[in-house]
Amino acid sequence: MKELSVNHLLGIKYLVKEDIDLIFETADHFKEVINRPIKKVPSLRDITIANIFFENSTRTKLSFELAQKRLSADVISFSAAQSSVKKGETLIDTVNNILSMKVDMVVMRHANPGAAYFLSQNVKASIVNAGDGAHEHPTQALLDSFSIRERLGEVAGKKVVIVGDVLHSRVALSNIYALQMQGAEVKVCGPKTLIPKYIESLGVSVEPNLRKALEWCDVANMLRVQNERMDVNYFPSTREYAQQYGVDKALLDSLNKEIVIMHPGPINRGVEITSDVADSQQSVILDQVENGVAIRMAVIYLLASKIKQ
Amino acid sequence: MSQKILLTSQEVNIILHRLACQLIEKHLDFSNTVLIGLQPRGKFLAERIKQILEKEYSVSNIELGFLDITFFRDDFRRGEKPLEANKTQIDFLVEDKKVVFVDDVLYTGRSINAALTAIQSFGRPSEVELLTLIDRRFSRHLPIQPDYRGRQVDAINNEKVKVCWIENEGEDAVYLITN
Repeated sequence: MKELSVNHLLGIKYLVKEDIDLIFETADHFKEVINRPIKKVPSLRDITIANIFFENSTRTKLSFELAQKRLSADVISFSAAQSSVKKGETLIDTVNNILSMKVDMVVMRHANPGAAYFLSQNVKASIVNAGDGAHEHPTQALLDSFSIRERLGEVAGKKVVIVGDVLHSRVALSNIYALQMQGAEVKVCGPKTLIPKYIESLGVSVEPNLRKALEWCDVANMLRVQNERMDVNYFPSTREYAQQYGVDKALLDSLNKEIVIMHPGPINRGVEITSDVADSQQSVILDQVENGVAIRMAVIYLLASKIKQ
Repeated sequence: MSQKILLTSQEVNIILHRLACQLIEKHLDFSNTVLIGLQPRGKFLAERIKQILEKEYSVSNIELGFLDITFFRDDFRRGEKPLEANKTQIDFLVEDKKVVFVDDVLYTGRSINAALTAIQSFGRPSEVELLTLIDRRFSRHLPIQPDYRGRQVDAINNEKVKVCWIENEGEDAVYLITN
């Protein structure tokens, strides 16, 4: 029987294709579970999980918590704003104190790239990266690919364009790794200032023109403009960004084919996409949220099965 | 490894007809009864029983579902091998229905115990029964007994009972395998 090749989920980079297949197969089962009248299974009743969020999150945190509770794990959650981190405690100390309370798994979001990897090297627990700076956000990339697979049948051979603030986006990097691993072709599109300088070294091409990018692709993943990470102005104004890189219904309807619109959330309505696009038939944004719970259940279940008794 | 035949194709066929008749005796037209095949191996038996009820005894509209109990098992993280899940497919509620679990071999009873918990995700059945083709006597870990049994078998722990189906293995037969 198959199991994951890793003991932690630190990034898509550390996975192999078979891991992604196994996570998707398991998520299929959990998607059926969360559509039952009673949406809970008792598998992880002897597992305790700590959710440690050093950065703000609504969707990811709720999704992880729900996934853990649907698997019957005991869950403790804390946000850095209310913790001793503010008093000067180090990351390892904070986490080791939590682990002393007999915690088996840690789900962490942190502003520093590599924080999850650092933790996995220094503490004895299974680590799930829920986003580390502008580095990786593996569960988001998995649920994005899972949603593509659900809508289009498979990921292999599909053309995906990632539009917008690629520079500050951990979602973009994880998606590039995940999509390429599954045999999809990836382009990025956005203002030159928001495209990393060496992005082509990842085997990704850059298309500065949004219309051309959309005409090429099967799926457009619209990233959020991460204003909170921008220390300088990367484009003249939000209005100009929306004109150049925002997708509206008129643009979608003028394409010669129907493409799938994705967005990792939270949406700046009227900036990356207009409301009528976000709420259209072509958008899978709410499917992504539902699939997020199933994917996170699968990841946690598979990692927990590797924790020795 | 040696194997001995316990039931031939003809014997399996006779037993399946008897089990179908016993079900009719208790459930008549199956208006308030559902069959639940336990994944993975109970699926074949459940499908076969349904087929016999419909074709040979003209019972129509039998609701059949398949229940996977992987996430409800009590040995998660306890065995050497990770547990592999199968598809659950129950397109109806079992609230106030009579549920008949169908599985090929009853051994320790732990799968049935897990199934009793798992089925509650689909409602509260009015009663639950168990139909099994092979009942391995004296090997139960829990106080669970079948309501309908095909054949009782005495097998010791290092022996394995293997049920073969024409759809899957190319023949209907039951073997006792000794390592």
